[in-house]
Amino acid sequence: MDFELNEEQRILQKTARDFLKKECPKELVRQLNESDTGHSPELWQKMAELGWQGLILPEVYGGAGWSFLDMAVLLEEMGYNLCPGPFVSTAVLAAPLLVEAGTEAQKSEILPLVARGKQILTLAVLESDCGYDSSVVRTTAVREGDGWVLDGTKLFVPDALAADRILCVARTGGDPGEGLSLFLVDSRDEGVSVTPLKTISGERQCEVVLRKVRLGPERLAGPEGLAWPMVRSALDRAAVARAAETVGAMRATLDLTLAYAKERVQFGRPIGSFQAIQHYLADMWLDILGTRNLVLRAAWKISTGRPARNEVGMAKVRAGQLGRKVTTVGHRIFGAIGFTMEHDLHLYHRRTVGADVAFGDTDFHYEEVARGLGL
Amino acid sequence: MDFSFTPEQLAFRKEVEDFVKAELPPDWDDQAVFWPGSYGTMPQMESEFQEITRRFNRMVGEKGWNRLGWPEEYGGRNSAMKAAIAGDVLSYYRAPAGGVAVTIAAPTILLVGSEDLKREFLPRIASGEAGFWLAYSEPNAGSDLAAIKTTAVDRGDHFVVNGQKIWSSGAHVTEYAWAIVKTDPEAPRHRSATLMIIPNDTPGVTIKPIINICGNHSFNEVFFDDVRVPKKYVVGEVNQGFYNVMLALQFERLAIGSGAFKRVLEELVQYAKETTRYGRPLAQDPHVRRRLAEMAIEIEMFYSFYWQSAWIQDQGRVPETEASALKLFFTELGVKLANTAVDILGPYGLLDKGSPWAPFGGRVALGYLDSISGPIGAGTSEIQKSIIATRGLGLPRAR
Ligand SMILES: Cc1cc2nc3c(=O)[nH]c(=O)nc-3n(C[C@H](O)[C@H](O)[C@H](O)COP(=O)(O)OP(=O)(O)OC[C@H]3O[C@@H](n4cnc5c(N)ncnc54)[C@H](O)[C@@H]3O)c2cc1C
Repeated sequence: MDFELNEEQRILQKTARDFLKKECPKELVRQLNESDTGHSPELWQKMAELGWQGLILPEVYGGAGWSFLDMAVLLEEMGYNLCPGPFVSTAVLAAPLLVEAGTEAQKSEILPLVARGKQILTLAVLESDCGYDSSVVRTTAVREGDGWVLDGTKLFVPDALAADRILCVARTGGDPGEGLSLFLVDSRDEGVSVTPLKTISGERQCEVVLRKVRLGPERLAGPEGLAWPMVRSALDRAAVARAAETVGAMRATLDLTLAYAKERVQFGRPIGSFQAIQHYLADMWLDILGTRNLVLRAAWKISTGRPARNEVGMAKVRAGQLGRKVTTVGHRIFGAIGFTMEHDLHLYHRRTVGADVAFGDTDFHYEEVARGLGL
Repeated sequence: MDFSFTPEQLAFRKEVEDFVKAELPPDWDDQAVFWPGSYGTMPQMESEFQEITRRFNRMVGEKGWNRLGWPEEYGGRNSAMKAAIAGDVLSYYRAPAGGVAVTIAAPTILLVGSEDLKREFLPRIASGEAGFWLAYSEPNAGSDLAAIKTTAVDRGDHFVVNGQKIWSSGAHVTEYAWAIVKTDPEAPRHRSATLMIIPNDTPGVTIKPIINICGNHSFNEVFFDDVRVPKKYVVGEVNQGFYNVMLALQFERLAIGSGAFKRVLEELVQYAKETTRYGRPLAQDPHVRRRLAEMAIEIEMFYSFYWQSAWIQDQGRVPETEASALKLFFTELGVKLANTAVDILGPYGLLDKGSPWAPFGGRVALGYLDSISGPIGAGTSEIQKSIIATRGLGLPRAR
């Protein structure tokens, strides 16, 4: 066992901290929270120069070929700094899925662009029945000539407004387990309309309506009817990614709150001297320590190619629940000042609750853990 | 023991219900995105709802329902239970009623105010014309109210007030500050301050908005620069301000909306019946059933405290520890209900007001954010627990 980051990971972490502190100040975060796409092309380009979008993509496609665990280290820092934009959608959710599912032509066209920061991707799974289960996909893809016609409505698609391409899960056959396929949809394709959903989480989720969208055969990504297991793995990776960001947000919350507890004076002494506040902070610290270990362990399992479903579920449940708890308790310690728009704390709280319901909520992942027990 | 309402009380409830249903605009529910047990989304506090708030409060005033708890000599019915029943119904329909004047200023004036003060303010509070805001907190005096720095200097027939208040909910939509200020800075902390009424339109009062995390302008910071306050506006005795504020705080902690909890639960139950997840109604999901059942139990427990505290008042007592317990339970319930709602709704629960897919017009998303304010405002949960432990259970003080 070794609980230390390795040399490269430490450098990545340090680079990320320095870079984000400078290039991703809170003013930018707030500005992007108000914008439609939530995306800054300048920041995106600078991140690409550091090789982040291609961090876990294979070198043959212009990526850096690093591990998912390395990615988790980076994401934790991004969460700490509230780094906005379509990073998880592109670099964790969609691009690695394309590596698994895409044709050679698709991969060699798109992935190098992703790695250079020239192309933004996302994945559209959920529909109005927002469960993470293959059976809820009702969007259909019907053969027409040698191509396809897609019809349906996708919901909660992250970053679809910023995305150049949307990997879209659609039903090509009747069997719930096997009838799903992946298509590369371009937001400019005829019949595609993308509408942002207003959420309180600071994310940029969209409704994507597909009305008789005609696609050539080259748009099918991967074997017909067999997409679901690959999609599930992509969702697992994204779940861990959001959990890693949450760990960063929790750490930032503790840092902010701890500093405040030392300086805010009531009844003639710092509020951090009251036992009620001390217990809160001690719990926060412990919650973060435990969550971080679970998240990194899940990321490590994925990196080493071991079955990780169980660990993903555990990490996601804990990060989701404790992320909300830690930011909520942070609010209690700050009192009224933390209840203002001007203060940064709510930005972290919004992210953590967003992460909790994304990529499978608590009940869903509890169920995964229960299955892992043989239930 | 008897847990039932009298036929008269039931008839009164019906009367209030009929009135509210007739007088609120038909689309009021879509407009009033308000969360129970919290302080940042009340429509009464928002500029855009002032017209209806004022109109509605006048009508409630005409009915005599702003003074149900008052003694009969002041036109009241001397019944906290009736006030609680009316409050329950108004809260259920999310009506823009209640407020500091009715729930806090009036009962405090009745107990400690001068005859002049009663004559000047009680009729206008009863009619729904005079609105108040609470000028307690300052940047360095939140939980520790005795640390206030705003001063009032005695100038014969008036005081001159200088200083700053903050988190002043509704200061921008009401007429009078209900203010605690230092009148004897040299005296021991608890004999150093005075409670007084300061009209907002007095020269030297400046009100600046603060936007809360729900995006609403509900509270403000307020500056007092050489503000002249006539002595007749002192509430209770000079330098007894902290005692009077503690009294007012008890009334504040008792003034809570109950019906809105029940309403949200009913809405969630309906939602669970109508919504499918994983191809089956949410209502069949054991997790969802259990969470809703949990909320039903909590709300029932809350109601028992609610009616009990009205009953205690009708026995001629002012609930002290019970007021803290009620406030604590009610705001923590707001948090639990918001969290339960988000858990059940999943990604839908985070959709904001204005999103076509948002269930209940985005009430859950904003409610989740607003629920954060409940355990902070009107004395934090930590402070309420200390009050219960020290005053209620007789434990020694730590501080
Ligand atoms: C939405 C909203 C509306 C409000 N409206 C009004 C209003 O209209 N008028 C008004 O005057 N005020 C208003 N307030 C202010 C409110 O009364 C204060 O926020 C509250 O009293 C806490 O003070 P504070 O925010 O300064 O926190 P602090 O007092 O600084 O407390 C910070 C933290 O320390 C804890 N703490 C403090 N002392 C102790 C102790 N002795 N033991 C254990 N823990 C302790 C607190 O519980 C809290 O967790 C409002 C607040 C909110 C959030």
